[in-house]
Amino acid sequence: MGLPKSGIREFFDIVSTRQGVISLAIGEPDFDTPWHIREAAITSLEQGKSHYTGNAGLMELRRAIADYVRDRFGGDYDPAHEVLVTVGASEGLDITLRALLNPGDEVLYHEPCFVSYGPEIAMAHGVPVAVETHVEDNFRLSVEALEAKVTPRTRVLVVNFPNNPTGAVLEREDVQAIADFVVRHDLILVSDEIYAELTWGGKRHVSFASVPGLKERLVLLHGYSKAWAMTGFRMAYVCAPAWMMDTILKIHQYQIMCAPTSSQWASLEAMRQPAEDMAPMLRAYEMRRNFLRASFAEAGIPMHNPAGAFYAFPQIAKFGLSAREFAVRLLDAENVAVVPGTAFGACGEGFVRCSYATGIDQLKEAAARIARFVKTL
Amino acid sequence: MIESLLDILRNNAKETPETMAKLLGVTPEAVEAEIARLEREGIIRGWQAIVNDDLLPKGHVTAVIEVRVTPEREGGFNRIAEQVSRFDEVDAVFLMSGGYDLLLFVEGESLLSVARFVSEKLATIHGVLSTATHFKLKTYKQSGVLMATPGDDGRLVVTP
Repeated sequence: MGLPKSGIREFFDIVSTRQGVISLAIGEPDFDTPWHIREAAITSLEQGKSHYTGNAGLMELRRAIADYVRDRFGGDYDPAHEVLVTVGASEGLDITLRALLNPGDEVLYHEPCFVSYGPEIAMAHGVPVAVETHVEDNFRLSVEALEAKVTPRTRVLVVNFPNNPTGAVLEREDVQAIADFVVRHDLILVSDEIYAELTWGGKRHVSFASVPGLKERLVLLHGYSKAWAMTGFRMAYVCAPAWMMDTILKIHQYQIMCAPTSSQWASLEAMRQPAEDMAPMLRAYEMRRNFLRASFAEAGIPMHNPAGAFYAFPQIAKFGLSAREFAVRLLDAENVAVVPGTAFGACGEGFVRCSYATGIDQLKEAAARIARFVKTL
Repeated sequence: MIESLLDILRNNAKETPETMAKLLGVTPEAVEAEIARLEREGIIRGWQAIVNDDLLPKGHVTAVIEVRVTPEREGGFNRIAEQVSRFDEVDAVFLMSGGYDLLLFVEGESLLSVARFVSEKLATIHGVLSTATHFKLKTYKQSGVLMATPGDDGRLVVTP
């Protein structure tokens, strides 16, 4: 099929041979899952809840998800027919694409982006069409760039804001303009909003679910991995209008049966007090973001303002190295791991991704080492 | 800023103003002014080390003592609670709901010294009806800090 090996994977192989690395290359929270959530999973096992659930997931959980999506995202979904609990947002994306695409359909997505979009589109027999985003626009997705790549064969647009790896967010006018573009070209929009809760500087995430009239064309992906620090539970969900969900659910039911039961009980517990659970983590991420911005500025490393997720995407082009060379030499010289921007698409050249899902003591040391390293270039 | 600043200080009271300034997106001077204000207003009451007594060569004895007292016509529990609080042996005093009135955390050099404090000083205070003393055996968590050595970061070194 000619699928490329993940650039992240390649870099992992290099980093994992070394001892004592400070890693800013980790795309998951450093916090452990809040204890009451873990405890709920344990209790569910003690109570013998070790059986299948309904294909779409526990009804209680789907109701809680519908409530959360209404309150937090401004979207109105029927828990009985329009909410599906999945094994990570990755499963949600995969089954959505397979439900929507016919062989040869074109799918627009923006780069730099999460590593699996292009390959997942290809695996669903679609044709991935990358649209570049640029540092000059704070890596927001522009309708002009979309218009340049849309064709009569385009069927789906995949977007991810707040963005991994750039930390970019969309303003309300961006969201509306992209929604208008989707309607104008009769597309389906798949919006991966896994980092929705992680926005900084007083900005609040604007969900595509809040755009009036878009629901019939929208698939919303969200989950527990990032904001609740639950990556290992592999829990996420898809919200889509019933006409799309019918097909999406069919694929899910034949391929997965249902999401893991103990993880579902944990997720139900996670819905009990989301604001309380997230608050200390969100405060920590925002402080670390501030710290990295100040540290990179001090070290003379240019960076756009990352307003969401837990990634900084500094521009290292001026040091005369490719992103990969920069990352490899930084690792060699200072034992600090960052991910070359090219792992997230060709237009990530000239950038590296630094995750700040890392304790402040490690972050301080890493920033000092990076500053020392760039002085030698 | 206050919640984030207190997050930092609760985690590491020795954090430098320069680092805190970067974390909070303000100047070091603003951080120092804010801390001075919190101290002035009594929100920050002091700066202490979190010590794992269990690892000291000569350990201390910590006891939790439940005290029942007779409330007084004027002032309720306050006079006795304040009198008890003045003893150097007493680390903390709380007025509680439930089966007893005051909860004390008491430090001593030995079981004997704590027992002597209870029998000679605490129990003899006018208005103290009864005491129940429980000795600490082992500390697992204190001031939000786990006393066991933290485990490794369980995450892979590079993930998408």
